[in-house]
Amino acid sequence: MTTRIAQCFEAAASKNRAVLGVFVTAGDPDAQTSAALLDSLVENGADFIELGMPFSDPMADGPAIQAASIRAIKAGMTLQKTLDMAAGFRQRHPDTPLILMGYFNPIYIYGQDAFIRAAKEAGVDGLIIVDLPPEEDVELCDAAREAGLSFIRLVTPTTLGDRLPVVIEKAGGFVYYVAIAGITGTKSAATDSIRSAFTRLREETDLPAVAGFGIRSAEQANEVATIADGVVVGSALVQKIEDAVGSGDDKKLIADVGRFCASLSAAMQRK
Amino acid sequence: MREKASNSYRNLPDDNGRFGIHGGRFVAETLMPLVLDVEKSYHAARKDQSFLSELLYYQKHYIGRPSPLYFAERMTAHFGGAKLYFKRDELNHTGAHKINNVLGQALLAKRMGKTKIIAETGAGQHGVATATACALFNLECEVFMGAEDVRRQKPNVDRMRLLGAKVHAVTSGTSTLKDAMNEALRYWVANPDTHFYIIGTVAGPHPYPEMVRDFQSVIGIETREQITEAEGRLPDALIACIGGGSNAMGLFHPFLDDEEIEIYGVEAAGHGLDTDQHAASLTGGSPGVLHGNRTYLLQTPEGQIKDAHSISAGLDYPGIGPEHSWLHDIGRVNYVSATDEEALRMFQLCSRLEGIIPALEPSHALAFASTFLPKMAADKIVVLNMCGRGDKDLEAVLPLLDERGLL
Repeated sequence: MTTRIAQCFEAAASKNRAVLGVFVTAGDPDAQTSAALLDSLVENGADFIELGMPFSDPMADGPAIQAASIRAIKAGMTLQKTLDMAAGFRQRHPDTPLILMGYFNPIYIYGQDAFIRAAKEAGVDGLIIVDLPPEEDVELCDAAREAGLSFIRLVTPTTLGDRLPVVIEKAGGFVYYVAIAGITGTKSAATDSIRSAFTRLREETDLPAVAGFGIRSAEQANEVATIADGVVVGSALVQKIEDAVGSGDDKKLIADVGRFCASLSAAMQRK
Repeated sequence: MREKASNSYRNLPDDNGRFGIHGGRFVAETLMPLVLDVEKSYHAARKDQSFLSELLYYQKHYIGRPSPLYFAERMTAHFGGAKLYFKRDELNHTGAHKINNVLGQALLAKRMGKTKIIAETGAGQHGVATATACALFNLECEVFMGAEDVRRQKPNVDRMRLLGAKVHAVTSGTSTLKDAMNEALRYWVANPDTHFYIIGTVAGPHPYPEMVRDFQSVIGIETREQITEAEGRLPDALIACIGGGSNAMGLFHPFLDDEEIEIYGVEAAGHGLDTDQHAASLTGGSPGVLHGNRTYLLQTPEGQIKDAHSISAGLDYPGIGPEHSWLHDIGRVNYVSATDEEALRMFQLCSRLEGIIPALEPSHALAFASTFLPKMAADKIVVLNMCGRGDKDLEAVLPLLDERGLL
């Protein structure tokens, strides 16, 4: 059975394009706007969505995504509402892969089995749980895989040595290369180091591989698109939400973010 | 450093860093190689005689160990009942038990070839101890401290700066200890090759809870010898305050297998356990995952971490070390609590009766002792860890004592 994620990468490759993944936090700035934002992102060329599950203490995220989490939690976002939002998205967009990204504690409190069931029912394709390394696979990864959810691994510059086989052993969907040593949105990724990292990744896995963390502009995304199978943009987009929140104009917010997404999507075309 | 016996309370964590369901290594992939490296290096170092000798040397000549075990005769008479001894870790260089752990980790960092140190701090005691060790060993030092705590604990910020540390005022989240720890972890993620993270309590990803416990166990090991010399036997009960729980674990761990000894950990009840303003993770929280480990946390029904409150910045943390959570689950240690108000009264009482100004943290332990000792016979012996001195708290405490007519 071909998964939505695999189909998404195949379709892009056939057009000589890289896949564009976009990250937004569920419920930022509020549940309704956030859902409308997802629609706008798909309309403006996002190939897959990474939907952040808000957490009070996002250890691997920079200021932009921290602030997004706080906005969402303040506006009443919960894991249950995030799952509901995912289900709504799936009804409106039957083919666009949807990946939930976040931290383990809200899932642990919700209950791992209940979460996996709910995510499956909602039509979620994969999970990225930042603070669950392979050493903690019994917590969620094993059961998620069994249920048919792709457990997407982050590979970092510190992982590329002996540890790489351990990290990608149970990886599903695609491999997510963290292009900077650092937290989200704080530095700019260097193309050369991404190139050598991908050479190493291709030796070790046949899964598609995307690059993210530190890709902030269409120009940069275009360069990375020539190396990676996909590019993820998060903080730069979330920053646009933050900038527009101040204006209090949701339509402008959705239009601004949509325009930025369209420019990124255009940058996915390889020459 | 620790014995292995199948019927022991002292042979955890297991290879995955677990104490029962607690502990573990819940960190981002960027940090995993670093955490594994610290584990490997620490497990080698603790078997290396030259490392242990160097640690012993600094414990003796720099910290001033062993710290005295002192019979608090006037407090004993005042409370009536069991004899109360203080393990006087407030006499250590830098004024608290924190230095015991910091020296161990700084020596380990040096051994691993790291030249730069990261630390988080709440009240500033761990930050000061880390800045001190970094001056001693010529290491660069960056301390992360919540902006709110920077304001509340200015004297300690000044001390850190004088010692050569760079203090980062953390404004993310609620600007207190948990946010300082988030920010220190983020900084470590961004600087994995050069930096060593010295965690100040028995929490965080494996091997930190084990390593910090081992470095603090000197407290309990000395206590065993000293009480045997003074009384010809082991004590009947132990009492220590708990924030993250490092001073308590240091005292308790060497006694865990002496099952006849009752052990009490005292959490901070803030304005009261029936309010939202406390820091009692065990009595008022539930298991969750934060800062690299599973442990009891103060959290919402949705799994968002709540703010803690205590008059003592050193206890003002919404989590607790995972080994304490396990000892709570199996019932080996009794976890109780004391409020801000009770701690304040002990701060004054101990100063007046013993000429020892306790930190607000051990004032919580004294508050429990004040109700516990009178219930025990006069031939019983209780040891309380006087884990820090109160000079740092004067500015905050004196106006409150004045209001209560206690000055």
